[in-house]
Amino acid sequence: MTTAVERPTLKAKERPGDRIFSTSTIVSGSLILAILAAVAAFLLVQSLPAFVADPEEFKGDATNFWQYVGPLAFGTLWSAFLALLMAVPIAIGIALFISHYAPRKLAQGLGYLIDLLAAVPSVVFGLWGIGVLAPLVQPFYTNLVEWFGWFPLFAGPVSGTGRTTLTVAIVLAVMVLPIITALSREIFLQTPVLYEEASLALGATRWEMITMAVLPFGRAGIISASMLGLGRALGETMAVAMVLSPSRDVIFQLLTSQNPTTIAANIALNFPEANGVGVNILLATGLILFVITLVVNMIARVIINRRKAFSGAN
Amino acid sequence: MSLTRTTAPTAAPLTNSLTAGKLPRHSPLIVLLASWLVTGAFFFVLMLSGAAEGFNIVGTLFFGTVVYCVAIFLLSYYVEGVRKAKDRLVTALVTVAFVVALLPLFSLVFTTLVNGLPAFLTPSFFTQSQRNVVGEGGGALHAVIGTLLITGVATLISVPIGLLSAIYLTEYGRGRLARAITFFVDVMTGIPSIVAGLFAFALFSLLFNDPGIRFGFGGAIALTVLMIPVVVRSSEEMLKLVPNELREAAYALGVPKWLTILKVVLPTSLAGIVTGIMISISRVIGETAPLLIISGFTASMNYDLFNERMMTLPVFVYTQYANQGADTQAYLDRAWAGALTLILIVMLLNLGARVIARIFSPKLGR
Repeated sequence: MTTAVERPTLKAKERPGDRIFSTSTIVSGSLILAILAAVAAFLLVQSLPAFVADPEEFKGDATNFWQYVGPLAFGTLWSAFLALLMAVPIAIGIALFISHYAPRKLAQGLGYLIDLLAAVPSVVFGLWGIGVLAPLVQPFYTNLVEWFGWFPLFAGPVSGTGRTTLTVAIVLAVMVLPIITALSREIFLQTPVLYEEASLALGATRWEMITMAVLPFGRAGIISASMLGLGRALGETMAVAMVLSPSRDVIFQLLTSQNPTTIAANIALNFPEANGVGVNILLATGLILFVITLVVNMIARVIINRRKAFSGAN
Repeated sequence: MSLTRTTAPTAAPLTNSLTAGKLPRHSPLIVLLASWLVTGAFFFVLMLSGAAEGFNIVGTLFFGTVVYCVAIFLLSYYVEGVRKAKDRLVTALVTVAFVVALLPLFSLVFTTLVNGLPAFLTPSFFTQSQRNVVGEGGGALHAVIGTLLITGVATLISVPIGLLSAIYLTEYGRGRLARAITFFVDVMTGIPSIVAGLFAFALFSLLFNDPGIRFGFGGAIALTVLMIPVVVRSSEEMLKLVPNELREAAYALGVPKWLTILKVVLPTSLAGIVTGIMISISRVIGETAPLLIISGFTASMNYDLFNERMMTLPVFVYTQYANQGADTQAYLDRAWAGALTLILIVMLLNLGARVIARIFSPKLGR
């Protein structure tokens, strides 16, 4: 007590335990940053030979790395885009159902059910896609090509196995549903209850309440949730590798037996047999994938964080 | 309410103004059943006329639901007006979206059970490896062991790092470093799993100067990269839930900060942390791509993480499917049985996590 009077600035005694403990937490925190940096650094170092590789080293008719990776990057973005096109409306629907339509008591259990989808390993989705989904949708594809073949995306000849870009997009959509749903659900639940009650009190129907209060409030959240889903779809490997019958071209048609493969699937299929510079080329395509997903994820996180700062809920 | 009650006797012969212009309460259900019946009858006629083989139950439900959406909209439009009609249509669509999302889940679990059970139940599946097995027989013991070893090591590495980082973020972290860690942990959750595998390969092939390196420990490192962010996020959330009053009470008693964290904060949030760890294990245990790249595949047992290729369950499923021998069915059966094992493990981990969370979570408040 007396010391406190003499020295108004009290400083806690530095104990060795405190020192060691706080230092170890800082070290492991920084280790995470170091790991992320190491991922980028080692991939970059190992990819360097690919950028100057001989034209003969590339499979197909590519003569340099960028020609090789271009169609793969196209396939990655194209299938992920299609998957999002299907997944986002459904995910928003599910999120609304769980947050605003389902009976309160059931809502949490229903949320768990959707989360279970996220727990299924991707290789199982691959098996399911090829064993169940592809044979199931193939007859529909035949009809689509027959009736809507004039539409460029559905041009024939139809694939006989159903292992097409559209099937892959459906599988990817199922796989990214849980993450988009979970995030949008959280955002919808954060809508200030007063807004909702006010619009209901003014005589709005439930749907009008949602369009006026919930959706404007959650727009940024939906966008970033979709981008996180996009990141997941871009990097998905096994489901694509197993379901798609691949080729290395830029093809927009969805239902033919020639389908643009993705970077990740291409790596998984070719890595076990690759040797020499071939390994470096695959690593370099992995680096490209890493950069793409990193950018997508960073944009999504920046949007989420900005939203947090301005959110009226907290 | 009191108003309607007092006026009700006099207004009895008139229609109730509160319910006029509204559809009866159960009309959506009735309309739904009616539309299923109508489309069902249509497909029944098709079947009788011989245009289709068998009764198309999927078509009935699908087109019946479409008919329902249209019917409820039109009905509500004429009785209740356009605003209410839109509301009913959206209610129908939102519910359909939910059911549509559940279909793949049920289909997937069902097919895995049906296709996987025969091989799953053969006694050799969990007692033998695939060594020298061509065609039927053999098992997945080597893959189960590999999965346990690799996931176990990954857990051992990532839990301390992840937990300490979470402690840093909640208890110590202020300023730029903490913000950077939070941001990049979030970004790291989005790293594609195959990139983690490529990283482990790039790292170890440089370290050991072996361009074709394959070993189990590398797989563990790849999984660690994927697991750490999940552990950090979940532990951080749990540590944040510990009320500040507990910490302040400990400080007031003169307990140093590190002991407060070890003896007060961690025990309080232990259940939540364990739950998070189990969920993060279930997240990485099904990863195929990174293990395919750095751990490779083999048909034999391998208990040594630092030598030779090591089989894991997801890779087992993939290779059984991808390299089918002459007896295709045997390989497919084993692939599905492996998938069933994986799903069981993941679901058990998830269920266990929820049970732990429910039983042991601290009873805060009253």
